[in-house]
Amino acid sequence: MPEFRTEEMVLNMGPQHPSTHGVMRFVVHTDGEVMRVAKPDVGYLHRSIEKIAEKLKYPQFMPFTDRIDYLAAMNCNMGYAMTVEKLAGIEVPPRAEYIRVIASELNRIASHLISVGVMGLELGAVTPFLHAIRERETINDLMEELCGARLTYNYIRIGGVAQDLPAGFAEKTIEFLDHFVPAVDEYNRLLSYNKIFVKRMADVAVISAENAVDYGLVGPNLRASGVKWDLRRDEPYSVYPQFEFDIPVGTGEKGQVGDCYDRYMLRIREMVESSRIIKQCLAAVPDGPVQTKLPASLKVPEGEAYVRTESVRGELGYYVISDGSDKPYRLRIRTGSFSAMSIVELTSRGLMIADLVALIGSLDVVAPEIDR
Amino acid sequence: MEPAAIHEELKSRFGDAVMEFREGNGDPFIVVNGSHLLEIAAYLKEAQGLHFDSLMCLSSVDYGENYAVVYHLYSMQHKRRVVLKVYVEKADPRITSVQSVWKAANWHEREAYDLMGIRFEGHPDLSRILLPEDWPGHPLRKDYVFPEEYDGIPCHRE
Repeated sequence: MPEFRTEEMVLNMGPQHPSTHGVMRFVVHTDGEVMRVAKPDVGYLHRSIEKIAEKLKYPQFMPFTDRIDYLAAMNCNMGYAMTVEKLAGIEVPPRAEYIRVIASELNRIASHLISVGVMGLELGAVTPFLHAIRERETINDLMEELCGARLTYNYIRIGGVAQDLPAGFAEKTIEFLDHFVPAVDEYNRLLSYNKIFVKRMADVAVISAENAVDYGLVGPNLRASGVKWDLRRDEPYSVYPQFEFDIPVGTGEKGQVGDCYDRYMLRIREMVESSRIIKQCLAAVPDGPVQTKLPASLKVPEGEAYVRTESVRGELGYYVISDGSDKPYRLRIRTGSFSAMSIVELTSRGLMIADLVALIGSLDVVAPEIDR
Repeated sequence: MEPAAIHEELKSRFGDAVMEFREGNGDPFIVVNGSHLLEIAAYLKEAQGLHFDSLMCLSSVDYGENYAVVYHLYSMQHKRRVVLKVYVEKADPRITSVQSVWKAANWHEREAYDLMGIRFEGHPDLSRILLPEDWPGHPLRKDYVFPEEYDGIPCHRE
């Protein structure tokens, strides 16, 4: 028998690829069907948001935060507002805090719906995506009533929110949640426990808890590796301490802890938890103003602060350095997708080529959040 | 342990390599000399009672007279943070890479190199991450001049 020699082949996946969630590229080194390594190449959506921030006054920068992660614009608004409020010592009215939490958690459900739906889509299951998008449409309608926009909200402002809840908002939201929570079981029957889906996801691309912390994974990706860590609970902010909710963690229910299936399932569970938070929050919203009066030209005292919040893709950190003027001296944004993407090179080693799509989908990266 | 106490402990261990502790509006931070950065970083991660196992954020700043690299560290076990700041000379912006201590630093350092032009020594692959490989200059520097064109493509709107 002659000995067969195998040769490494370098393949290019992206920048335009249906599963790359935006524009990103992977240089895949393959040996037959198995990947030796997949090296991510990012930056195609870099818009130098950090540099733009240095040229704008503090309130003017808010619409740009929408564009950091367009699937979770509300959460991005909130993190930035909280950072400036901390440095400038601005108090937020209680009613505004509750509205912020409602809006952010609704946004979390909308974003997780995309993640869950797209996960199926990427592995060839088209129908669940349509079910997920249907529910998300209702959230988009609610958001439109709330602030006039369906994607880039610019709703949470420094010192409060742009306007009060519209009439009938609470009733409509509760009506939606009553319909949505049972629908999650539908997704589970349709997709989560589908035999083929489980086979494609379980035991694939396992990330250990140690590596997850070392590479700076945050949010659902970190929790899926078995680390019970949620900023809403462990570094509480806003009015989150008042609500009762569970922090789901990866249990390896179909395979190992930290596999693609755990990351997927975690988002399903988080949607239910977010629904619980919204319901409690709607019941407790106090009356009062929704915006603190700010000076016409907001000057932030000299100093620096790093404030992080639990965005949809995990820790979203804003590091703002102020020199006492009305513009940030330096603004740095740390995002969950950035660190999630950096672990792909390690995790992709030895995977099948087809599983790369499962890995990226389960990490739920959003390209503009990586590139900023 | 509060940041001030951590500063005391680092000071007693590393002497002059650990400089002042600054408090003011917002977060306090410890200024550290770049020459002993790797030892200090490893100590913060490994030492009993510290365990700063998570690098939350690594940022670069242009302060006019010099650059700075800022490390926001967090200990998952003890639930506390500490901020390190290292000033880097403008004439030759070099600093030791800490990616051997926290893997998360790998991409953050590449970004700081790309956008601020700080060279991280000992980094396995210090290449541009967000901008094209042949992009001129480092945009986050305060003296950066926006190019008129890139490879024949105009960069300004009419």
